[in-house]
Amino acid sequence: MPNQPDLAYLEKLASQIRRDIVRMVHACQSGHPGGSLGCTDFFVALYFHILKHNPNFNINGNGEDLFFLSNGHISPVWYSTLAHAGYFEVKELATFRMLNTRLQGHPATHEHLPGIRIASGSLGQGLSVALGAAQTKKLNKDNQLVFVLMGDGEQQEGQVWEAAMYAAHNKMDNVIATIDYNGQQIDGPVDKILSLLDLKAKWEAFGWIVNEFDGNKMEDVIKGLAVAKSLTGKGKPVMNLMKTVMGFGVDYMMGSHKWHGAAPNDEELKLALAQLEETIGDY
Amino acid sequence: MTKFTFTEKKDTRSGFGAGLHELGKQYENVVALCADLTGSLKMDAFKRDFPERFFQVGIAEANMMGLAAGMTIGGKIPFTGTFANFSTGRVYDQIRQSIAYSGKNVKICASHAGVTLGEDGATHQILEDIGMMKMLPGMTVIVPCDYNQTKAATLALGKHIGPTYLRFGRPSWPIFITPDRPFTIGKADTMIEGKDVSIFACGHLVWQAIEAEEKLAAKGISAEIINVHTIKPIDVQAILESVQKTKCAVTCEEHQINGGLGDSVAQILARFFPAPIEMVAVNDSFGESGTPAQLLKKYGLSPENIIEAAQKAIQRKG
Repeated sequence: MPNQPDLAYLEKLASQIRRDIVRMVHACQSGHPGGSLGCTDFFVALYFHILKHNPNFNINGNGEDLFFLSNGHISPVWYSTLAHAGYFEVKELATFRMLNTRLQGHPATHEHLPGIRIASGSLGQGLSVALGAAQTKKLNKDNQLVFVLMGDGEQQEGQVWEAAMYAAHNKMDNVIATIDYNGQQIDGPVDKILSLLDLKAKWEAFGWIVNEFDGNKMEDVIKGLAVAKSLTGKGKPVMNLMKTVMGFGVDYMMGSHKWHGAAPNDEELKLALAQLEETIGDY
Repeated sequence: MTKFTFTEKKDTRSGFGAGLHELGKQYENVVALCADLTGSLKMDAFKRDFPERFFQVGIAEANMMGLAAGMTIGGKIPFTGTFANFSTGRVYDQIRQSIAYSGKNVKICASHAGVTLGEDGATHQILEDIGMMKMLPGMTVIVPCDYNQTKAATLALGKHIGPTYLRFGRPSWPIFITPDRPFTIGKADTMIEGKDVSIFACGHLVWQAIEAEEKLAAKGISAEIINVHTIKPIDVQAILESVQKTKCAVTCEEHQINGGLGDSVAQILARFFPAPIEMVAVNDSFGESGTPAQLLKKYGLSPENIIEAAQKAIQRKG
């Protein structure tokens, strides 16, 4: 992991991964492009600059940083990131959501896809899982960190707050959680469905250190995650509130819940790809 | 022939507690989680001797299941402890996704199952848990019958790999299995051999079946008593061999008639050796407050019910 990120390269990767996402979802005419596009910069920053990880995958990940995706529906961005990071061949992205694929609609360990350590999709469970893995790291005297990403709509699940209490009570300071704070969920804006009110104040009241950054500026994501890392080891769990725009990078998808879980048609695909530069080659 | 008797009674949950404590000594990677019921689950000894491996999670069972699943990543063997109701129905989706579908080596240990929970009543007397858990692909389901067998089953989980549901209970119950009696996950235990009817039982109802056998013998009926402590994977061979000999079956369990041991045995017989089968189980109803003995009687789970079912099954052979 270089200390100085090559921002130009990371941005190229992000553009390619966004192309992959749109093409994957178009090919099977299903999946969740909105959140995937919004979180692309985060995934690139994490896997290509922040995480200590080994693409020669071992599920236990001893001596490595671990990442868990709680909002499993944004699997396209994770799969593309893992492929470009060397976990499996990029051409396998073409099998996304198709019969006999390892790239299930929602991430799973069942087909043994390298990079995945637990199934997710049913929301609210990933933070608990991450805390369990972090607890094992503490028992094993493994000083690496555990990262987990959740959705903002997902904050409506009660289990998230059970886990929040556990983490603070047990001083889980080797965990960095992030919320994709895009303000959208399937049925509409989060504020109209079930408001989270002051999410920062809530997490602080639950005993977490809250760190905020813009999730769609590569430089800010890198800095934000570096700050989060500097906050670990201080007796408190760390929560990133990461502001993103759903569908970022494709103008007609941006900021609308309508592209949470819908696939573009042929015409829409062309429009999207025209806005996303092919940088290191399509799969 | 072995005669089963008892001189002492003890709760099966204490067998779990003793087994878990022993596992803590044997395996450094065994960890235990409990949702505010350490005393009820008899996990105190483990907590006392291995405090760094004991995790009090509070009244937050969903989080406990997720934590347990996560703890396997890095090599721990987590044992979760709470009441059977909160170990299954309350956290079904967490078990399904994070444990069963993800193939995690989590041991879900559940006490106070069934009507013998007693006075707390139907909110806590789960009678659907075996069904829920056996439906999950890859889940092993074990229902031991007394203190010694619950301890043996717990110990067996140390070497067993894969998600498992271990069900036991609250009441003081006869100890009739000797500590040295072999226990193998997935292998039914023929307790008493007979030729007229096969009685398959699990959990507390194994003792009821043994009491019934004595009374049936007095009536000239030779009953075979088989302890099916592992509901899944079920011992198909043992069930078929017995019924091929006796030509009829009775199943006995402290569970709903839907989804339990009876269902599993009926499925095997229907597919491979159709024969009359009677089921001693709770007939699609919730329980209520009362003493364990009163409830077993009211809900049709007493030795008399087993005797009646056996006679009916024999009559149906035609």
